[in-house]
Amino acid sequence: MDVTFTPEEEKFRKEVQDFLAENLPKLGKTSRRDFETKEDFLGWHRILAKKGWAAPHWPVQYGGTGWNVTQRYIYNEESARAEAPALLPFGLTMVAPVIYTFGNEEQKKKFLPRILSGEDWWCQGYSEPGAGSDLASLKTKAVREGDHYIVNGQKTWTTLAQFADWIFCLVRTDPNAKQQEGITFLLIDMKTPGITVKPIIVLDGAHEVNEVFFDNVKVPVENRVGEENKGWTYAKFLLVNERSGIAGVARSKKAIERLKEIGRAEMIDGKPLISTDDFSRKIAETEVELNALEYTELRTLAQESKGQMAGPESSILKIKGTEIQQRITELTVEAIGYYAYPYDRFFGDNEYAPGPDYATGQAGHYFNMRKVSIFGGSNEIQRGIIAKAVLGL
Amino acid sequence: MDFSFTEEQTLLRNSVQKYLADNYTFEHFKKISRCEPGYSQKDWKQFAELGLMAAPLPEAYGGLGGGPVDTMVVMEEFGKALVVEPYVSTVVVGGGFFNHGSTDAQKEEWLNKIAAGETIIAFAFAEPQGRYNFADLTTTAKKDGSGYTISGQKAVVLGAPWADALIVTARTAGGQRDAKGVSVFVVDKKAKGVATRDYPTIDGLHASEVTFENAPATLIGTADDGLKLIEQVTDEAIAAHASEAVGAMKVLLNATVEYSKTRKQFGVPIGKFQVLQHRMVDMFMNTEQSASITYMVTLKLGENEVERKKAASAAKVQIGKAGRFLGQWAVQIHGGMGMTDELNVGHYFKRLTMLDTLYGNVDHHLKRYAELG
Repeated sequence: MDVTFTPEEEKFRKEVQDFLAENLPKLGKTSRRDFETKEDFLGWHRILAKKGWAAPHWPVQYGGTGWNVTQRYIYNEESARAEAPALLPFGLTMVAPVIYTFGNEEQKKKFLPRILSGEDWWCQGYSEPGAGSDLASLKTKAVREGDHYIVNGQKTWTTLAQFADWIFCLVRTDPNAKQQEGITFLLIDMKTPGITVKPIIVLDGAHEVNEVFFDNVKVPVENRVGEENKGWTYAKFLLVNERSGIAGVARSKKAIERLKEIGRAEMIDGKPLISTDDFSRKIAETEVELNALEYTELRTLAQESKGQMAGPESSILKIKGTEIQQRITELTVEAIGYYAYPYDRFFGDNEYAPGPDYATGQAGHYFNMRKVSIFGGSNEIQRGIIAKAVLGL
Repeated sequence: MDFSFTEEQTLLRNSVQKYLADNYTFEHFKKISRCEPGYSQKDWKQFAELGLMAAPLPEAYGGLGGGPVDTMVVMEEFGKALVVEPYVSTVVVGGGFFNHGSTDAQKEEWLNKIAAGETIIAFAFAEPQGRYNFADLTTTAKKDGSGYTISGQKAVVLGAPWADALIVTARTAGGQRDAKGVSVFVVDKKAKGVATRDYPTIDGLHASEVTFENAPATLIGTADDGLKLIEQVTDEAIAAHASEAVGAMKVLLNATVEYSKTRKQFGVPIGKFQVLQHRMVDMFMNTEQSASITYMVTLKLGENEVERKKAASAAKVQIGKAGRFLGQWAVQIHGGMGMTDELNVGHYFKRLTMLDTLYGNVDHHLKRYAELG
């Protein structure tokens, strides 16, 4: 048992730190509000792609870094500490592993380099109006006609689909099979005639998700990943990948640091808010939970480094990770007092919202972050997984 | 022991309910809160015609002679409809300051106008450094002939963009946080030396940052001795907003229960899952406890100072915690739908969240309650 870092690992940490220090200022955009356009999201991705660091978790042959688990941990921690923008997961973390694990050579050649470089923007076609937590009840159907599938139906909660070049979709190809057995995994070009994207505005005013409609959309059979009617296997594989990234320990550490800064700046009866027992204990409680979660994640990573796939207990990472993220945003809103009120989206780019800079957008962020206990398999679903698969209930 | 309403109060509830059901739909709320000027002048006039402004005010000054229970009735219905018009700041806060603190001449001048719906009042008390302490003031007022002039900055003054007059707290003596030396003034918003920066708030209201530079002001009550009056009036406002919060909670509870009966996953309505059933039972209990504490604070507003303050702080704590619970779980149980701007659920969640902040959050009022012994 050993959690200290070797001199080589410390050297690697220094290399990451230097790279971040040199390259992050080139972005010029850091705050949440700055991420509005496609280019805003892709800026950091492009810099990392040039360096060869866009997809550390991929196998080296497709463009991964070949880092071990500890190096990846160090890299994530340093990136979060430096507040590097998080890369969007849809291409890099979600569909790419499905393609290199289950796709054919042509698909790997066609899609992986463009995901790595940021040329193709991917979105996720999983949820439907009637299929949320019960994903396998999805109804969007694909009917084989010669060398094409004809797709009809609707997806929803499709994050940033307004920018997407491609969508990976779960579609029903056998309506007579048992729910999980008639599903196929298709890669669909968003420019195909018959696709309509309609925005959904969420409660902080952001256009983050969409409905995507398919009306007789022709998809070449060569865009099917793996076998027909075996899509559920690939979908589940992807969901486990999605879950392991969701703990967000390093980013929560940074968010707690920020919260403490706010607590030092905010005054209560002439003294810093953080000097009050009420507030400092709430931060401490959250930090203690985060410490535990960090070691839970490290234990999972250590297991993974021995080649064991993360099991259903990794649902802990999703549940506790999102609860901690939500708690931090809640405490931040408490900290800023009346300056939680102004609606940040009302103010123009060159205009300051009333109140201290650190207060701008915090209430919106709190409301927006309620999504994290809903998406990626709601926390109720995750608890169900632990109950069934770990506790055997 | 009797928690029943009088015939007048029942009539009042029925008429507010009917007006709001016919005119103040969720779509109406979204429309008026997002277009200039951010509220409906037509609804404001109608509220006055229904006697809502007059209801709690004294008969001698154009009121109907009701009291806090009438306000409670109106505010619960307002909470259910997400009403954005500045009723509390005008009638409860404005009306409260003039009713409890001012001279007969001021009462004559202001209460009649308030009762008739002819004026809008906003309460400028918060300052960037002051958090929830009414006495932590850098805004100052100086004697100037028969009146005063005010200088300073006030933060997040709800309803100020539409206000004719501002009630402003300022220091007339003592150090920055001394209890003694706090005074209350009324300032004409159009007066020289008053500048505002208006903006929408995250919960669909509007507010302003207000700067005063030697702005002419008229004293309400006794100079240097305003803190007691401020606490009395804001405790009354707390009771009114508690009732508003209860209205919002009831809508969230009903919406969530109904949704859970119709939304099917895994072949059954999600309301069949015990974990969600128990959560909704907790939402129900939180709502009932909040309704109870709202009765308590409303009925104790007329008692001695300590009893009144304790009741108001107790209400803020209960409402703050319950509001968060209701809002968060209503969204969670609605899933993605709860996150949308299109559905009303998120809007009630936002209103409840901001109501926790207004006049001090849970921590502030737990401390105040504990200190009162």
